[in-house]
Parts: sequence; structure tokens; C-alpha cells
Amino acid sequence: MAKDVAVIGVGQTYFVRGYEGSIRELAFEAFREAMQDANLTTKDVDASIFCSAPEYDKQRSPAGVLAEYLGLVPQPTFYVETVCSSSTVGVKIGYSMIKAGLHDIVVVLGFQKMSEITSAESQERMGRGGDIQWEAPFGTMMPAYYALYAQAYLAKNGLTLDDLRDVRVKAATYGQINERAVYRKGVKPEDFDPNNPDAKMAGPVASPLRVGDCCANADGASCIILANAEKAKAFQKKPVWILGIGAASEVVNMASRPDFSKGIQVAKAAAGQAYKMAGLGPKDINVAEVHDCFTIAEIMAYEGLGFAPEGDGKQLIREKATYKEGRIPVNVDGGLLSKGHPIGATGGSQIRTIVLQLRDEAGPMQVKNPQIGLNHNIGGVGLYGNVTIFGRD
Amino acid sequence: MGFDKFGRKSFTSFTKTGKFVDLLAEGKVEGTVCKQCGAKYFPPRADCAKCLSKDYDWFELPAKGTLETFTTAMYAPFGFEADAPYTMAVVDFGDGLKAFARLAKDFAEPKIGMTVAVKPLKYEDGQLTFEITKA
Repeated sequence: MAKDVAVIGVGQTYFVRGYEGSIRELAFEAFREAMQDANLTTKDVDASIFCSAPEYDKQRSPAGVLAEYLGLVPQPTFYVETVCSSSTVGVKIGYSMIKAGLHDIVVVLGFQKMSEITSAESQERMGRGGDIQWEAPFGTMMPAYYALYAQAYLAKNGLTLDDLRDVRVKAATYGQINERAVYRKGVKPEDFDPNNPDAKMAGPVASPLRVGDCCANADGASCIILANAEKAKAFQKKPVWILGIGAASEVVNMASRPDFSKGIQVAKAAAGQAYKMAGLGPKDINVAEVHDCFTIAEIMAYEGLGFAPEGDGKQLIREKATYKEGRIPVNVDGGLLSKGHPIGATGGSQIRTIVLQLRDEAGPMQVKNPQIGLNHNIGGVGLYGNVTIFGRD
Repeated sequence: MGFDKFGRKSFTSFTKTGKFVDLLAEGKVEGTVCKQCGAKYFPPRADCAKCLSKDYDWFELPAKGTLETFTTAMYAPFGFEADAPYTMAVVDFGDGLKAFARLAKDFAEPKIGMTVAVKPLKYEDGQLTFEITKA
């Protein structure tokens, strides 16, 4: 377990609907917090990487304008995109640059201001994260894509709509205590009851997924500052080390995908690489952040990461094993379901949560004495899979 | 024919496989098969990722397949609102061949595993696509 590259600073904005500022100001909020966390000045930073999904705001080539606003000119800067996993990939690239000896300290800034456009426009852009030549002409959108997996998975594996509901109930348990989440309310099982006229979570979106099975759009930014071992020790009393990184891709088109009832496959390959690099396995993970853009995605993540056998992810939610006090706490910050999903900021937000957990600074969300944490960040419909493993000093 | 004729709304103006739309107009839903190594592709490809060849032929999809999964979207993205609700699905023809499309509007009670077919469809505005029907 090499301890060569560490996270020395983390920052995140409140995730909100309708941020009253521009993308540069949004980015600065997360940046300021991470820089203060790491006790850095802009002169200490050697390079910056900006991460988002395009076409939500109008700024083309955002790295230049954001680097300028953050005071990181003339250092090198560039832009990274893998839709929902953009900032986790940014961290992977920052890690690689430091490990290669190119830079000592790298800022990775994920951002997204989704409220610049309407919800229907947003669905159209997300749908175009899939294959625009052969699929978008049918009117695709993210909930429908994930619903294709959910329908087949439910039919085969005995997972029920009540199990999916319980994933949302868990997320809301922690969303209530995460002051930066967009959705701060609790969710009760009766909120999913189709016979209850006041059930705010029960409305169908894309069968079998309901309103409560889907995460919300949000505006937000996250910032992760990486450093080599020497700088990490100089600037941060509690560096959190990157122990393992894995990444993989899947074919885009649904017509080329393997068995839908087995769920999204891309995390398995990524997790295998990350575990191997870290010399660790699923049982060693004390706290995890998984990509719960939809409730079904969290169940599939349990299996992709090896927390549960294939087809049996339901047991973890039924046994409450992924609650804070459980065997493997997952998304105890509310996950995407409660935090909201400002696409480019999400990976960095997950990593921030893991870093705070490993520093025992997660406040009311703190898991007891975790040593090893993991982030699982999926881009597109299981298109880009990213798993990163972190350890405390 | 330009590829802007494909689907409810196309996002691609031209593709080397644009003949796909002409074939739809002739009542056929076809994929491509690599002349060099025999790899079959649906949706069609002008280039073979297995052997790098650019020589291909067209082949008609099998008459019947199995409904692998589906979803009924209650909301539609920008530009598709008038169509909602609609059901999208994946058909498995076996041998690694699958198709993604909408179910026909009158397709009642879809069930995973049922036998289905894929047929061309012409919208009232002249756009050409294909849809999944009961076999």
C-alpha cells in the first residue's frame, strides 16, 4: 500500500436549486474551503483540473476562465469530462501527474450549474450522454435508461419496489443531517404508497422507477486538492492517502449491452483494479460512497463492489447493513438521492465525504473510527466506472 | 437520404450508414455485417471494430426476438414532450444481436420474455424509425 499521493484539502458548496451566482463564483466557494482546509496559497498550486458535463452553462473551455478566477494563472490547467464521474476522473489524472513527478500539488475542481436550463432541457442533455446517433432519436433520458436495468433486475433477483423505497428512506435519514444536501426532508415508507394521495415519492417517472427513486438536479461545486508525500506532510496534519484506483468503460448503446438483469457491469472491473492496487478487498472497507443516481443503482453498486453477492444486494438494505451503524455504511451523507447530483461536482463531493470520515470530521454523519474508505462514481448509464480507495495516515 | 430523417428527432445529419434510412423506407430493418470477418452489428457500423475492415454488407434482422427489458417513460425530454408517455425496450435476437427501440403505441401489457418483432415506422411528418411489435 503505497502512500505517495494524498488528499490535503477538501471543499464543497451547499448543493442547491437555483444558485444565485455564476459558475466561476460557484467554483470559488468550493475552492476557498479546500484551500483554507489545506492552508495553501495560490502560489503553492502547480496545476488545476476542471471537471463538468458540457452544455448546462454556455461557457466553452471552462478551465481557462475558472483558473483565472481562482488565481491559478499562469499554472497549467485543463478540462476533464466523463459526465457524472468527471471529478473522480479528474482526481485520477491529478494523482497520475503527481505520481509521475510532473507536479507537487494539483487542484481538482468539479462544478455544475444545472439550473441555467429547464428540467426538460436537462433531461434531453442527459439523454444525449448516451448514443445520439442511434438512441437519442427515440427520446431517451436518464431515468428511462436506468429503468431498463431496474425492470430486468427486479424480475430476476427478487428485489422489490419496497426495497428500492428503503434505499431512499436510508438516503433521507442522512440527507436530514447533511446541511449541504439539497433535499433535507425525511422520507417515510408511506410517502411511496400509490394509494396515498399525498405520497410525494410515488408518482411514476419511468417504470418501475418513481419520483422517489430518482436523485434531483442541483447546482454545486466540489474541490479536492492532491499533493505528493512531502507536501502532504508539510501542509496537512491528517492527509488521506489514495491507496487504489480503478476505472473501466462499457459500450454505450443499449443494444450492445450484456444481460440487463445482472445490472451495470462497469463497476466490477473498476473495483477489481482498485482492490488489487490497494491490496485490499470488500471486507476491508469501513465506509463507502456509491453512485446512487437512482435507488436501483445503489443496489447494483453493492454487488459491483463485492459488498454483496451478485443478485443479492437486497439483503444489505433489508438488514440495514449499509446504515451508519451497520457492517458497511454506504452514503451516510445522503448520497446523490438526498444531496442532489450536480453532475461534475458529484465525484469530488463523494471523495470529500470519505476524506472527512477518515479524518473523523464528518460530524453527525461520522462512522465509528473508519480506516479505509471507498468512492464509486459512475458516469452515464454505467458507461464510465470509477472506484477509488482511500486510507488514513 | 440524410440521416436527419431518422427517428422522432435526429441529432446526426450524416453517417456512412445513412442507407439504413432508405432501407426503412423500403420496409426493412437492417444491420451491417463485416465482409472480411463476418462480425454482425446492430445498430449498423461502417467500420469493423474487430478486424478494422471498412467493407460491409447489409443483413435483415431476424423476424423474431425476445423482449429483454422495457420502461414506460411518463415524461419526455425537450423536443419529445408530445409523445409521452411512451415505452422503450430492448429486444434480444440471440447470438449477441439486440435492438433498442420504442414499443408500438398499441402494444398492450409488455412482459419480459415475450416474443416480439421489429418493424419500420413512418411518422406523419415523414420521419422514419423502427418499433417493436408483438410477433
